[in-house]
Amino acid sequence: MSSRDRILAKLNAAPVLPKAVPDIASWYATHRFEETTAEKVARFRGCIEFAHAEVYAVTQATWPQKLCEVLNTKQIEKLLVAPATPHGQRATEVLTETGITFRAYDQSIEAWREEMFHDVPASLTGARGAIAETGTLVLWPDADEPRLMSLLPPVHIVLIDVNTIHNTFYEMMQSEGWSGSLPTNALLISGPSKTADIQVTLAYGAHGPKELIVLLMGEAS
Amino acid sequence: MSDHALSFMPSEGFRARSKEVVENPFLRKSFRGAMDFLINKRVTQFPSAEELETLRTLGEQIRQYNLANLPSLLVQLEDSLTRNGIKVHWAETPDEANAIILGICQAHSAKLMVKGKSMVSEEIELNHACEAAGIEAMESDMGEYIVQLAGEKPSHIIMPAIHKTKEEIATLFHEKVEGVDYTDNVDELIQIGRRVLREKFLVADIGLSGVNFAVAETGTLCLVENEGNGRLSTTAPPVHIAITGIEKIVEKLDHVPPLLSLLTRSATGQNISTYFNMISGPRKADEKDGPTEMHLVLLDNGRTQAYADEELRKTLQCIRCGACMNHCPVYTRVGGHAYGTTYPGPIGKIISPHMLGLEATKTMATASTLCGACGEVCPVKIPIPELLMRLREESFSEPHANPAMRGQGAGYSRLITMVWQGWALVYRSPMLYGTYSWLASRFNWLTPSNQGPWTTVRVPLKPAPKRLRDLLKDKS
Amino acid sequence: MQIQGKAGQRPSDIYFFATCVIDQFYPGAGMDAITLLEREGIRVHFPEEQTCCGQPAFTSGFPDEARKVAAHQLTLFPENWPVVVPSGSCGGMMKLHYPGLFAGDPARKAQSEALSARIYEFTDFLVNVLGWKPEDKGGDCTVVLHTSCSARREMGVHLTGQQLLGGLDKVTVAQQDHEAECCGFGGTFSIKQPEISGAMVEDKLKSLKATGAERVVSADCGCLMNILGHAAWKDQQEGRKTASLPGEHIASFLLRRTSK
Repeated sequence: MSSRDRILAKLNAAPVLPKAVPDIASWYATHRFEETTAEKVARFRGCIEFAHAEVYAVTQATWPQKLCEVLNTKQIEKLLVAPATPHGQRATEVLTETGITFRAYDQSIEAWREEMFHDVPASLTGARGAIAETGTLVLWPDADEPRLMSLLPPVHIVLIDVNTIHNTFYEMMQSEGWSGSLPTNALLISGPSKTADIQVTLAYGAHGPKELIVLLMGEAS
Repeated sequence: MSDHALSFMPSEGFRARSKEVVENPFLRKSFRGAMDFLINKRVTQFPSAEELETLRTLGEQIRQYNLANLPSLLVQLEDSLTRNGIKVHWAETPDEANAIILGICQAHSAKLMVKGKSMVSEEIELNHACEAAGIEAMESDMGEYIVQLAGEKPSHIIMPAIHKTKEEIATLFHEKVEGVDYTDNVDELIQIGRRVLREKFLVADIGLSGVNFAVAETGTLCLVENEGNGRLSTTAPPVHIAITGIEKIVEKLDHVPPLLSLLTRSATGQNISTYFNMISGPRKADEKDGPTEMHLVLLDNGRTQAYADEELRKTLQCIRCGACMNHCPVYTRVGGHAYGTTYPGPIGKIISPHMLGLEATKTMATASTLCGACGEVCPVKIPIPELLMRLREESFSEPHANPAMRGQGAGYSRLITMVWQGWALVYRSPMLYGTYSWLASRFNWLTPSNQGPWTTVRVPLKPAPKRLRDLLKDKS
Repeated sequence: MQIQGKAGQRPSDIYFFATCVIDQFYPGAGMDAITLLEREGIRVHFPEEQTCCGQPAFTSGFPDEARKVAAHQLTLFPENWPVVVPSGSCGGMMKLHYPGLFAGDPARKAQSEALSARIYEFTDFLVNVLGWKPEDKGGDCTVVLHTSCSARREMGVHLTGQQLLGGLDKVTVAQQDHEAECCGFGGTFSIKQPEISGAMVEDKLKSLKATGAERVVSADCGCLMNILGHAAWKDQQEGRKTASLPGEHIASFLLRRTSK
């Protein structure tokens, strides 16, 4: 008998009474209400700002300009972007004019590990959506915007469309049918990296981005 | 290393260790301050008592439902993970789990393992196993890193270095990290940790992590964290090994949001953690990063024993938020190290006997006033005080055949049992009780002034000269 | 079955289960509680054969011994009257743990379930059954209330004590820090882990004293035994001849405040 079989045999031997299927939907239905986009935007923004993210209201037209401003203010001279995405393409067009260099994540990490770990000050990614209840960005890293893109650079800039904000995590996974379509890595980000491990004192930039900048698109059009 | 784990008797030194902390006013104040901080943060997250109560009930139902279906869910999880390209391993003991992990490391000629925070890896003492095999195991959670640097163990499951001051950490970094000057600025200290550990992430061969929830239907491993070291450990190295207790499983993806909400709000008073990482497989052909190989080790280590008993099974509902520690007046007084177990505090008292046996943990359950603060805050409603009473019974009762727990009767004492039997004899008989209490009141001047432990900080207990029943008779 | 004493229905008779701690160590508190109840026109019955609820053995891991003692108490309350217990912890034992204790004994289980519905903690009974509103006849006074963990978390009656004291015009109720924290008694815990128990009661006394209150009141004599025992010890240690924080059962305090 293998360990697997022994463990399962012990569990199967236990006298277990059946338990009712938990009714999660009705808890959410009675405790979390559908909000308008404006309300969701306000809640999302309040929460993520409380978690120390910088949020800027932008529009489809103005976000590249805000991006440049942010990069200039923070004296960032190099940005990691995904040229194959629409927002990445747009960013590269604008950045070319400003003299800020851009870098694409166009090869596997093994080919440029040193540079990625030490020499990429900022990145721009999109987000699949957001969650108002907790001020959370939802990213599904893929071939264009891989996992480390939102993790290694000290500054992470995220472009998010207000129309993709959901009330709750539960609502988002339900309405998008996540259980049948999860990618290798799905990610919830709710602020810059932080820790309170030293004397419960909050410090940002523990291992991931020290700064999280959210370009909230569509808020003030 | 397994000898170490098994021969360690947390019960033996508990009183001595806790005495040391209790007599240190500085430590007392620092634990109290830290726990107050966490208690207050949690309070702000649950403004509505109704919401908290219904969500706790839902959390309990989710955990109990999944435990009720545990064996079939484990098989389903194994199938889903295998389909997703994650290799599943089963371990009954810490030794077996270590052997599996070391086997994977050796197959890759690994020299360096970076670890995201994993209490199960502490439970199996993986760091010792790695050391013995010549593999460097590096903790990357800031608290764990500090504790490892100091050659200690975590004293809290969520805040591993909560027993240390920033000055102690400053000295530690200055002494142990090359080229670091003394600084007690917390931001600077964290940045030092970041720099050191990023170099480790750059070259690590293996990333090891724990698991907060394993989703059976999708084959997804979920990780809750704030720092990003969990993400780095599971993304940067070419091989990711996750390890979890067999109980951390949920059937459906939609079981996750309520539990996640309960976990982060109860643990650190955050509405959500900075990162919630859902991993459903290694790097795909077109992807540019992520591990190329993934493993999950499912550990038993006494959990099947708890599972076998309807009441003890509730122990396995735990989602490891640590709120029971933060609210425990005993933990607050003595800190995590006094317990001598991987999991300290109330949850430690009820789970450790299954892992280590009652021989080693026989008196742990007595270190509680049964005040109920732990049960009151538990986000999944584990009846911790009831379980503590059950463990007292398991420990102190006469050894018998087919016990529910390994080491049942380890704390059995013929004398103590006779004292209680004598007590019951007196208190079940109005006549004996009447005689005894009459004598005690009339001869109360015979009451000794030294009443052992009671009188170390209290005046002696002395029966009143007349009992209530005497006063009532006098009155009528 | 209609239980006398349910909301809105004022019972004419009640049983009083004094607890062994009050019988032997705090008989005055028991007398005061009975006097107060009788003053409200209630006939108080004290079953002579009562001893102890069985909790000491129950919480110490000796349920068989607890069961024997509890089985005896089960026989003491034949009439369908409320059973008033001047202790949240003993009341909690009888109300919440007796049915489980007799899980394997159908007859006693049914008996204990019926009894459970009739068990009232003293302050809960005053407030929620009698609807008693105390009329304060004393002078200005600041007190601090310690509520036992069982009253707070098992019986859920932590508000009734506050309510009663709050109803006394000239009494200020002080608020201590860490109010909901255990005093460190825990029955045999105080003997088995004297260092931790000592640290807890030390902190509790400091919090109570820091309020500047003249006295501490509680509806549980177990806690009082611990807190007042430590306070008296501390007074001795520091050479004080009078108590720096006197204390008493809430029944005694209420009776005195409402008597001429």
